[in-house]
Amino acid sequence: MLILECPCCGVMADETELAPGGEAHLKRYGPGSSDEEFEGYLFHRMNPKGVHFERWRHANGCGKWFLAARDTNTLEVFATYSAQTPEPPQHVLDAIRAKRPDWSLDQ
Amino acid sequence: MSEVSALMGAVAEGRTRVEEGGLVGMITLRGDLDSARVKAAVKDATGLDVPGQRQVVTGDDASVAWMSPDELLIVVAHDQAPGTVAAMAQALADEFATVANVSDARALFRVSGPSAREAVAKLAPVDLHPASFGAGEMRRTRLAQVPAAIWLSGDDELSLICFRSVAKYVFGILELSAADGAEVGIF
Ligand SMILES: [Zn+2]
Repeated sequence: MLILECPCCGVMADETELAPGGEAHLKRYGPGSSDEEFEGYLFHRMNPKGVHFERWRHANGCGKWFLAARDTNTLEVFATYSAQTPEPPQHVLDAIRAKRPDWSLDQ
Repeated sequence: MSEVSALMGAVAEGRTRVEEGGLVGMITLRGDLDSARVKAAVKDATGLDVPGQRQVVTGDDASVAWMSPDELLIVVAHDQAPGTVAAMAQALADEFATVANVSDARALFRVSGPSAREAVAKLAPVDLHPASFGAGEMRRTRLAQVPAAIWLSGDDELSLICFRSVAKYVFGILELSAADGAEVGIF
């Protein structure tokens, strides 16, 4: 069972209170972008076995979106943080590297 | 506004009592909860301060609950709701905020008795043990398959709010969970 701390209301929310929103920190490509960029934005995902950044919504709760860094292999949660964050903040990267010294962002 | 509540005060008697709470005035305020104007509007309408994260404050005629970082639920007498909404909407006319009367969109339940916490705990992914969940906290969660908000409204009494459209479902699961003989005795 996945349990994430919602940074918006402070609740330790179990998976059944949450709605998944897919990969976080996607760059949106719209009108004026190339076909390749738009295809990448729509379809191409990291899908890693390991560290992953995700969007979640506290649907059965405060209703807010937030972001989580976790390991898709072990279900270990490194951090949850504000959805209004264009890239993983330093404290999240530090929390990941403390447990995965060999990991890097562009893996 | 509706003249009858969702289940017209249905009651399931037992060692744990389940009761639909009848007509209650409920108002949703959305806006910047740190704004002085919002705080003043809440104070003028209810006599209460804006509660902190996940808190619910109760006065003589009203309660105010923190529902999310930009949302409050104000509970007043049913016949007071239209006037309270009008007064708050006027006070916040120039503010980026909305005030809505949601009385008819919701249903209120009370579950009371020595095993009331357990009856609700069986339905929600929340630690309702007295050491973890106390008076003054508003917890939004789910009850079985539907969203709900839970708070402690007395010794051995919990109040719950859900959408009116699922009131009968919620009454049914509460009645089943609270049935005599279904006590777990772990709290
Ligand atoms: Zn939340």
